[in-house]
Amino acid sequence: MNLRLLKRNIPFLATLTVCVLLYAIAGIRYESFFSARVFVNFLSDNAVLGIAAIGLTFVILSGGIDLSVGSVIGFISITTALLVETRGVPPVLALPTVLAIGTLFGAGMGTLIHFYALPPFLVTLAGMFLARGAGFMLKLESMPITKFSGIVDAMAIPLGSRLELPGTASMFLVLLLIALAVAHFTRFGRNVYAIGGNEPSAILMGLPVASTKVLVYALSGFCSALAGVVYTFYTSSGNPTAGTGLELEAIAAVVIGGTLLSGGVGFLAGTLVGVLIFAMIQTIITFQGNINSWWTKIIIGLLLLVFILLQKLIQSKKLRTHS
Amino acid sequence: MTRVLQTTTWRKLRWPLLALALVFAFNLAFTRHFFELTVRDGRVYGSVIDILNRGAPRMLLALGMTLVIATGGVDLSVGAVMAISGACAALLVTKSGLPVAAVIPICLGVALLAGLWNGLLVGFFQIPPIVATLILMVSGRGIAQLLTDGQIITFENRPLEFIGRGAFLGLPFTITLVLIVFLIVLFAQRRTAAGLFIEATGDNETASRYSAVNTRMVKLLVYSFCGVCAGIAGLIATADIKAADTNNVGLWLELDAILATVIGGTPLQGGRFYPAGSLIGAILIQTLTTTILTRGVPVEFTLVVNALVIIAVCLLQSEEFWKLIARPKRKPATQA
Repeated sequence: MNLRLLKRNIPFLATLTVCVLLYAIAGIRYESFFSARVFVNFLSDNAVLGIAAIGLTFVILSGGIDLSVGSVIGFISITTALLVETRGVPPVLALPTVLAIGTLFGAGMGTLIHFYALPPFLVTLAGMFLARGAGFMLKLESMPITKFSGIVDAMAIPLGSRLELPGTASMFLVLLLIALAVAHFTRFGRNVYAIGGNEPSAILMGLPVASTKVLVYALSGFCSALAGVVYTFYTSSGNPTAGTGLELEAIAAVVIGGTLLSGGVGFLAGTLVGVLIFAMIQTIITFQGNINSWWTKIIIGLLLLVFILLQKLIQSKKLRTHS
Repeated sequence: MTRVLQTTTWRKLRWPLLALALVFAFNLAFTRHFFELTVRDGRVYGSVIDILNRGAPRMLLALGMTLVIATGGVDLSVGAVMAISGACAALLVTKSGLPVAAVIPICLGVALLAGLWNGLLVGFFQIPPIVATLILMVSGRGIAQLLTDGQIITFENRPLEFIGRGAFLGLPFTITLVLIVFLIVLFAQRRTAAGLFIEATGDNETASRYSAVNTRMVKLLVYSFCGVCAGIAGLIATADIKAADTNNVGLWLELDAILATVIGGTPLQGGRFYPAGSLIGAILIQTLTTTILTRGVPVEFTLVVNALVIIAVCLLQSEEFWKLIARPKRKPATQA
């Protein structure tokens, strides 16, 4: 039993090892890489990616995929900016509105996927077009937001005398804690794992497959919308091009974090580690100074490949022991 | 004639053809000079020719994508491969001084390598196609940007420009290119075993394997072909603007190619494929884009239209949708 559990955890353990090694090597090579400020920046600079990746983790755990996350971020960020700045809606009203829009958008895609038996890949691809196009139709350029600075400052958590956890990072961490609880300690979370593991048997077991699947995409829509809001906090602007290509980075973070793309196996904690690895590679490239930043994409692609092959290896071994 | 109208191909093609006819009718009524053709300096000019010319990269990608989708896969990396091949061409032409006759095969070779890589991952390592091609989609653009150092490389080179802007028999050369690739696909589908094997692999992979179809090689073949198609499309796009813009060339085009294929009647699950349908799908998308542009609506609106079209087409193809329409009172069996 212990051994089997361990085997299932190999991708996650491998990710953790890579993360720690990367951190240690970078810490030794570059001065002040170990400082708390750098670590805090990992979280705050990648809060948008992290929050989107949390929602995506649920979708992938359920055996689906959501390609619309990046576009929803762009759409929500420009919608928020227009609501708050141009229309003068108070943030207290505007933020719940945009979060509801994102959630409804996700739920709509979930409905199409489940009730009309359309491939998730195709529906969310169309969702990606729709959200990006809608964002561009609202406004073509980015616009500054001035009314949010108070909210972000209020959410910052002080860590010692000269350092604080910025509001964006604390939102990411709080959402992660909630998501961890939802995934591992609620009925909904267990249903998601069950559907991802084997959907027909989940149906036969009488689990609420329909509502769970729609909810999973709604949750992903909510997370993307929240990521869009965090983007406006982080950059103090709304931008319809925000999050271009972010869906790929998010998928990469989830997969590197040890979640199987076939669904049913994985951890939300792994997604955090995946995001951290992503952040570290970016920071190392900045610290090094003479490497072209395009290497980030190539290295992430390679890491993705390595982890997918690792997953494949474990799966094929599992099959062999079973048959 | 009635027998022709009853074939599967025709039945599959009638929806996209109808949609295309609708868009053309709209243009006939509202866009002035839409169907007008003028001959200047031995070249034919006109909106329709322009649509075919602009749509050439989309059509090429759609043809490659059709074969990949026919095996039940998908290739997300075509846009990135376009960027790589364009970057190679610009770099070789400006830096190496090689003749264009050598540059083009090298670029297509690189694109072929990219396709082989995808085919290797999907066919031999059995990684799900979305993920396998995602790897190259993420790192491909990075590789292209690394090649060009993140700069836009411009060039002046007559023979290379010919690919994107030249004229052949009075028509843009790009149309000839598309026609050649289309005929190759059609020939492979109707006159060689490859077409049969591709359909068999998409229909039922396990059964095909037991019938001694080498499904791995079939997949390697279709992804390689798709890579080469993307390579040609990249050359056209690069030659057209006389520059390698690795950030923007082929952006969003992978999605257009998938959309064109699905509109054309090839199901995403694989199996029977319709190259002619994919061409019509690509022309339809290009016509929509051009129509939207000539009406003065922002080009971003095309994204929304594309999204709505893709959902509508998929719903029309979904059996569950028709079941729900036919019996709206009963809940679907899968609902718990």
